[in-house]
Formats: sequence, C-alpha cells, structure tokens
Amino acid sequence: MITEATLIADLTLFLLAIFLGFELITKVPATLHTPLMSGANAISGISVVGALFAANVAFEQGDTRVSGLLAFVAIVLAMINVVGGFAVTNRMLNMIAGKKRRA
Amino acid sequence: MEEWIPIGYLLSAALFIFGLKKLGHPRTAPRGNQYGALGMLVAVLTTVIKMEAAGDAKWTLIIAGLVVGSVIGIIMAIRVEMTGMPELVALFNGFGGAASALVALSESWKYIEDSTLTVPSGLEIQVIMIAAGLSALVGWMTLTGSLLAMFKLKGGIYIPFSKKDDRGRRKWLNTPTWGPAWLNPVKVLLVIAVFVLIYLSIDDPRNTDYLWAIVAIACILGIVLVLPIGGADMPVVVSLLNSLSGIAAAFTGFIVGNSVLIVAGSLVGASGLILTFIMCKAMNRTLPDVLFKSFGGSGEKAELTRTKVGSDADEVAMMVDGAQKVIIVPGYGMAVSQCQHQVKEFADLIAEKFGTEVKYAIHPVAGRMPGHMNVLLAEANVPYEQLIEMDEINPEFPDCDVAVIIGANDTTNPAARSGEGPLAGMPIIDADAARTVVIIKRSLSVGYAGVDNDLFYMDKTMMLFGDGKAMMTGLNNAIKEI
Repeated sequence: MITEATLIADLTLFLLAIFLGFELITKVPATLHTPLMSGANAISGISVVGALFAANVAFEQGDTRVSGLLAFVAIVLAMINVVGGFAVTNRMLNMIAGKKRRA
Repeated sequence: MEEWIPIGYLLSAALFIFGLKKLGHPRTAPRGNQYGALGMLVAVLTTVIKMEAAGDAKWTLIIAGLVVGSVIGIIMAIRVEMTGMPELVALFNGFGGAASALVALSESWKYIEDSTLTVPSGLEIQVIMIAAGLSALVGWMTLTGSLLAMFKLKGGIYIPFSKKDDRGRRKWLNTPTWGPAWLNPVKVLLVIAVFVLIYLSIDDPRNTDYLWAIVAIACILGIVLVLPIGGADMPVVVSLLNSLSGIAAAFTGFIVGNSVLIVAGSLVGASGLILTFIMCKAMNRTLPDVLFKSFGGSGEKAELTRTKVGSDADEVAMMVDGAQKVIIVPGYGMAVSQCQHQVKEFADLIAEKFGTEVKYAIHPVAGRMPGHMNVLLAEANVPYEQLIEMDEINPEFPDCDVAVIIGANDTTNPAARSGEGPLAGMPIIDADAARTVVIIKRSLSVGYAGVDNDLFYMDKTMMLFGDGKAMMTGLNNAIKEI
C-alpha cells in the first residue's frame, strides 16, 4: 500500500541519498575512474530486488503470466549486471592496486 | 524473523555507501568493491527471507533466474580481454537499465493481462504510474544508449552472414556518428512527449497504446542521445548512462515500496553524475559540450595528403643509445597489440645498458577508458612510480632526449592546441617538445577524432610502421645487439 506517509518517507530517503551521493565522491584519480564507474554500475543492479518482488507477485497469480516472464528476464539481466559488474571491477582493481602494493 | 528485514536493508545500504566511498581512493578501492558486493548479497538474501516469510513463493523460477544471471555474468567478466573492458561495462549498464524498465513494465502489465485485478485508486495509482513511466523512460533509454555506446567503443561490427573477404573476415560496418543541430530540440520534444503519455496513463492505466509509445520513444531517445557523440567521448557517456540506470532503479523502488532500492539507486545516480563531471574535467570538456555538440566522430576523417618515410629498428636503437632521458607515451595501439611486456623489456634494457632514465607519460584518456594504460602497464609489472600523469610529465619533455610513442595518436596531436577542429581544447601530452620523437604505429592514418597529426611529419620524428608487438620486439633485439 502506498499512502501519503509512505510516499513522503520514500521521497525523503530519495533526496537524502542523492545529496549523500553528491558528497560521497570528491577527488578521484584518473586511474580509478573506470573501476569506480564499473563498481557503481554493479550497485545499480540493485534493481534485482525490485525484480524479485515483481516476480514473486506475478508468479503467485499463475505461472504463465506475461508479467511474470518479464520479471524473470529482469532478474536474469540484473544479476548479470551485479555479478559481472563486481567481478570485472575486482579484476581491474587487482591489476591496478594489487601490483602497486607489491611495488 | 520479519522484524529483521528493515535492518537487513539498512545494513546493505550502509555497505553501499562505504563501498562507493572507498572505491574513490587507490588504497581502499578493492575493499570498496568487496563492500559493495557484500551489500548486494545482504540485499538479495533479505529479500528472499522477506518473500519466504510472506508465503509460498515460486522458488524454482526465482532461483533459476538468480543462478542463470550470475553464471552468465561471471563468465562474461572472466572471459573479457583487458582491451574489451569498457565495452563490457557499457553492456552491463544496459542490462541494469533494462532490468529496471522490465520491472516497471511487469507492474503495468499486471493490470493489463488480468482484468479482474482492481486497479488501485487515488495517490497509489498516481505514484505507481509516474514511477513506472519514469523508470521505463530512463531504463529503456539506458539500454539502447548503452548498446550503441558499446558498438561505438568497438568502432563497428562485423555483419553476420555477410560474404567473407580473402582474409576470412566478414564485412565491417563502422558505427555511424550523426547529429545535425536540429536533433537537440527533437530530443527535448521526445522527453516532453513521454511526460504527457505518463500523465495520460494515470487516468487510463490499462491502455497499452500509451505503454508501447513510452517504450518506443524511450528507446529512440537513447539512440539519438548517443548517436551524435564521437567514440572518444564514450567513457563520459557510459558514466552518464550509469548514473541514469541508478535513477531508474530508484524509481522502481517507489513502485515496490522498497527503501534499499531507493537509497542504492539514487546514490549511484548522484555519485555517477559527479564522476561524469570529474571525467569531463579530465578531458577539459563540459558535459553539455559532450552531449550536444557533435564531436570526434568516426564520420568525417581528414584526407591524408602527406607521406613520411619510415625508419627501422636499428636506427631507433642508435638514437636511444645516446639518450639520457626517455619518456614512453603509450596509447590504444599498445592495448590492441598487447605489447606492454615488450615495452617493459625495452625500458629495462635501456636502463640497464645505457643507464637511461625512463618514465611513462599517462594521458587521462589514453586508450578507450580512463586508467586503461595503468591497468596494462601494471600487468607488465611496471613500477607505479614510473607512471606519471600528463600534467606532471609535460614540463619534463623539453629535457627529454627521446619520446617513444606507442600507438597513441589523438592524445599527442598538436592540433588540439590550435583551438579549432574536433580536438580543440583537449589537453595533450607535449611529446612534440622532446628532442626526438619515435612513433610506433601501423600507418599514418588518423586517430579516433579523425584529425591528421602534424607530429608524424616533423623532421625530428621517426616513424616505425608496424604492429606494436612486432616493432617493440625488433627494437629490443636491435638494442641487445649494440
């Protein structure tokens, strides 16, 4: 259920998180631009949570629903984004930062 | 159990915040990435627990989706070559946007396919339709924009099933760059059209025409947004699209009423936008310039009218013999030929044999993504202290005896200083200030921005025409023989 109270709470959260995001990143060396972008991109795969909810609701109403199928595809795509994103970021960082620590 | 669910989401949101913060510093970046991954795990587990608590979920399908996605993702991440990294990030980003858009579509479709389902009224339907509409707009736009950005980074595609040429390759199609000035108002009109459609759909949530129109317009928007932008600016575009996919995820959070979606999505949206600005600054460009002024297209390439006689490895080896200071300037060509190990061998050889001082000049956007050169050279065990960023190394070029440019073009092109043409205003490596310039390149052809490079034709420039790996190996052998 969405009520006035939950909407205001959600909007507050939305605004505060945006302000926090603006402050979070200040000076980033060029070397880290790509890993940071890739890591943030993996986090944006959080839509998997939305996909899970949507799939759950749709599946409960029957197996053959189009809405269920759409949510299923959403889960797959979001997981590719999440797992692939974190893995590829890890690979990049190992090459940049891993070597540096040894040097 | 259920009382722990909000705590789980709070924990995962906190992990995302720490993760993003740590990703911005070289020392803590690997840890930051792990925090992010852990946060995601907590979020997914919390959601699964919540669904389990709520009643009988269809676990087979849900777990199948999670597993299939994870396996595909990990395979793609492991198999990708270092040179293909930026394309992969663009592709992943497109998937993320598509996932948000599909969640929104699934929510709307629920009411369309089941006429017995009561459509909520009042505030609830307003919030759902607005959030679903915006999520669809941003999500589909991110998908088509990211896919196009990926093909721009690749430079083009081999057309499948086309006739193979004598070298066994299929027909190559360059990714086009096209963007007349009148396209900008069209983009604005398309965005307004989507807003109007969202407004109309609030009163008529079961209307499929509105739904498909929003999907179609958003897809077109993604394409017309990226189409006019040249390949050299793609990292900035991918970063912007990444920011957008975060916002799309936040909008889906409003639909399903979930706090972690809203927090994580808007965090990525905002920090992604800041990163986009930082990247623009590193390239000495502004975001509006990148987005709305067609630039650096692979479209119009300068005609080559001049020629230059190539040198050979022995000649260059003798040149290097007398040098006290050598600066190596790597570019995309080094990434393509994977010759970073030969480059490192070259640096070790001359340092050992001639006592030459060797440094590397790293342009912020050398290669196809920021940090590309650092990754490759680190792989070859080049000490980090020898990699000097552009602003610091540029004053050293007048004292430099030989600048060795390996597969770099636009990032050393003096045309950028003239203030005219596609490269205008881009900061460059001042390799032309060195006493001698050695350039290893396959031909005199133009770089990504499509501008002829005066540096190639200077009297003090020696061109070594050929593949980076072959040329560096030849050069190393010549030095060993001296």
